[in-house]
Parts: sequence; structure tokens; C-alpha cells
Amino acid sequence: MSAVLSSGDTAWMLISTALVILMTIPGVALFYGGLIRRENVLNTIFLSFVSFAIVSILWFMYGYDMAFGADMWGFIGTIANPFFGGVIEANTLSTYAPTIPTGLYAIFQMTFAAITVALISGAVVERMKFSAWLAFIPVWLTLVYLPVAHWMWGGGWLAQMGALDFAGGTVVHVNCGMAALALVLLLGARKNSNLLPHHLGYSVIGTGLLWFGWFGFNAGSALGATNLAVSAMIVTNLSAAVGMLAWMLMDKLKTGKPTLLGALSGAIAGLAAITPAAGYVNITSAIIIGFVAAICGYYAVSHLKPRLGYDDALDVFGIHGVSGIVGTLAVGIFASPLINSVTTGGLIFGQTHLIGVQLLAIVVIGAYSFIMTLIIGKVIDKTIGLRVDDADEIRGLDINLHEESGYRLS
Amino acid sequence: MKRILAIIRPDKLENVKKALEEIGCNGMTVKEVKGRGIQLGVTESYRGRDYKVDLLPKTEIEIVAQDEDVESITNKIVETARTGDIGDGKIFISPVEEVIRIRTGETGKKAV
Repeated sequence: MSAVLSSGDTAWMLISTALVILMTIPGVALFYGGLIRRENVLNTIFLSFVSFAIVSILWFMYGYDMAFGADMWGFIGTIANPFFGGVIEANTLSTYAPTIPTGLYAIFQMTFAAITVALISGAVVERMKFSAWLAFIPVWLTLVYLPVAHWMWGGGWLAQMGALDFAGGTVVHVNCGMAALALVLLLGARKNSNLLPHHLGYSVIGTGLLWFGWFGFNAGSALGATNLAVSAMIVTNLSAAVGMLAWMLMDKLKTGKPTLLGALSGAIAGLAAITPAAGYVNITSAIIIGFVAAICGYYAVSHLKPRLGYDDALDVFGIHGVSGIVGTLAVGIFASPLINSVTTGGLIFGQTHLIGVQLLAIVVIGAYSFIMTLIIGKVIDKTIGLRVDDADEIRGLDINLHEESGYRLS
Repeated sequence: MKRILAIIRPDKLENVKKALEEIGCNGMTVKEVKGRGIQLGVTESYRGRDYKVDLLPKTEIEIVAQDEDVESITNKIVETARTGDIGDGKIFISPVEEVIRIRTGETGKKAV
């Protein structure tokens, strides 16, 4: 039977794509923008917007092909259609999702690349040069994101070994978390490294948009308007809800009072952790995943970070990296063939192979992302320079790098 | 003439304004300011870590009044801005040498 375009699937994927776009602009931008000093609000929001714009262009110049083109040695895709030449005109259906157009699959995947880059910015805000960030985006996208996406999703070597990542636990979250850690080690701590949010209201709106958009991210990764999309949507919502309550519980136990930022952080930890597992696990597993991710995130942010002394400004490693690791391992434990027939199941179904390859994916992608980002960051530091002048950092980046102010009294 | 500078809790501003109106004191300049007293601020908790916030938001009211009105004005401010807890604020009183109304050029008592 030849593949036929499904208008239902296409409609859902168009909506999912738009939902994931909403996650970056303005979801991540506002979430991050509310958490920093008021003097840096515009720069912080700008980092997300400009990431989205640059990735949008590069993705269709060569990015999609490198990630999803014909496999070369399990490592990278072939650039067969630079500038997406002829693809849209040919009206073909996607080989990855045979009921929707190739172009739709490509732009859906573009949104994942864009948000991964934007997420990294949360670690480096308040002290990275804007020009250095502009240089970082295309190099990191090309040398880190595209190969990693190919390994897991484009038929590369990890996919061939059976590693599973439904919507980006390794490709998005472990990847951005480890890259963030590498960059902050190069950048060093801020002059004023307190996390005193200047406008938590922005972060509430940003988190709401992220939660909402995440249904496109995860349920959209079913690549059609199917039962699997419904299942993914339910577990995504559950994990976020449990993550939120788990972080509140930790706050209550440790300080006596639940905090809103804690609740938002827990929800995002739950969302990030369920991402790789959304299409493979049932409701009980989702509850466990959300709970464990929030607890691990809490400890990473409140204990590990101060102990090790790195300044991951908005906890990209502590929340996204750690949750990505938890969720990717959870696939190896909880994956169920009753939810998705592509898997024979994880540990609870008596299968040990999956947990092994999941662990391998975490280690390899984590190490690759960390080391490559260190190299890229070092080169940028030696050429453009990574960090702004001390005076600019103290007075704030908005007025010094952009000649704009987020707030004006008159 | 005296300048009364009162630092109060932001949420007490409306009460203080109303009380001052009742005794005929309408003119004032209000600013949002930050400051700290002997207690050195408060501790806030974000993502499981405690942070000392030692400059708290306050409201500053500036009033220039006749010498004979100073006591009733300050009494009203103390009465309406007080909660009894740490952080209620302070009032500073200093002499004013001259006042000039820009619109008319009037000076002294007439200009207050």
C-alpha cells in the first residue's frame, strides 16, 4: 500500500509545530527573562529569539539533511538537498512519518533544534558577549546538535543499536544540559551570582507556555493524530504535575514553605524527564518519572551546584540535564510494548538490552556534547572572547550591549 | 519650615495619605525606594537555596510643612503607618531655608 497524506495527521503536526515554536518564543524567553536581574532582561530574552532565528535559517540550508538525510557511516546525514532545494516542490511524504509532508516533518524537527540552543542560553546569561553567542549558535548546531540528532533519530548508530528517545531526552535535554555545563566552566561565575528573580510573573507565563507547548513537543512526536499521541499527552501532563508537587514537597521539608519558583522548576523537571519516555510508558511510570526527576533536580540545584561551585545561572544542567538523564534511563526501565510496539520493553518486562543502550546513549551524547562544547567555547574565547567586560556586567547587558532598557520610569 | 521625610511600608501609603488629607496636609512627593534598618533585611529561598535580601522595598514620603504643623503630621504618620513589627520605617525632620512656587514666584509660607 502506498503512503497517503492524512489531513488529520497533517493538521495535528502543523499545530504541534506551532506549539513547539511557542515554547521557545516566548516560552523559554520569558521563563528565563523573569529570573535574572532587571538590567539583563532584554539580553536574556534576546538570546532565545536570536537562537530561534538563526537555527530556522540554517536548518533549511543544510541542517535537516545533516540530521535526517541518508545515513553516512552511522555518524551523519548526507546533504542531498541544500537549501531544501526541490523538496517542497516535490510534494513528497516524509520517510519518518509517512502520512505527513516531508517539509512538515522538517519544520517540526527544526523547532527541537531551536529550543535546544535557546535552552543553553539560560546557563550563560548575565555575562556572555552577544557576539560570542551569535558565533556559538551555528557552530554548536552544526558540530553537536546535528550529529547527535542523527545518531538518535536520523538512523545513526545509536538508533541502529535500539536506543530510544521519543521526543528529545538525550538529543534535547542531556545535550543542552551538558553543553551548558561546559560553557559555564569556561565562562566562570558571574560577579553577582544570586538567583533573585526580578519578575517572577514573566517566569509564570513562560512556564505556562512551556507546559502548553510541551504537548506539541511530546504528543507531536507521535507524528500523527493517533492513540499514541493521546497517551503521550496524558503522561506528559501527569509527569509535570507530579514534578511540581514533588518539588513543593522538597521545599516544604527543607525550608518549611513551598515556593512558586520551586513549583515551576519541578514542573519543568517533570516535563523534561517524561520527554524521552512519553511514547513508551504508562501512567504509573509517568508518576514515578516526574517524582524522581524533581527530587534529583532539587538536589542538583540546591546541593550539587553550590558544592561544585559552578555558576549555571538558570540551572540548565541541574534541571534539563539531570531530568534528561533520569527520563532516558527510565525508558530502559519502564518502556512497555503495550504502549508502543516498537519496543519489546524495558527492565520491568524482563529485558536488559534497552537499559544498556540507554545508558550508553547518555554517556556518549553527554560526553560528546560536553567535550565539543568545551572546544567550541575555547575557540570562541580565544577569538571573539566569551565574556563581557566587568563594567558592562556590573551595569547590566541591556544598556551596554543593546542600548535599550527593559524598564523606564518616564 | 520643616521638611518631613517619612520612610514607610509601601502598603501603608494609602492609609497615610488619607489620614494626612483629614488634617489638611495635601502636598507631598512620593518615591519608591529601597533600604534596610537594623534587622538587615530578610531571607528568601529560591530553588532550595537561601538568599539574604538586605535592601527591602519601601515608600518615601516627602512633605514640607509649617513648623507648627509638624507635630500633628508626624503623629498622623506614626499612627497610621505603624504595625508594631520590625520594618515599620522612620521619620526624619530637617529645616527648610526657603520655598519657591514656580508658577507664581511666591516664596516662604505662601508657597508651602
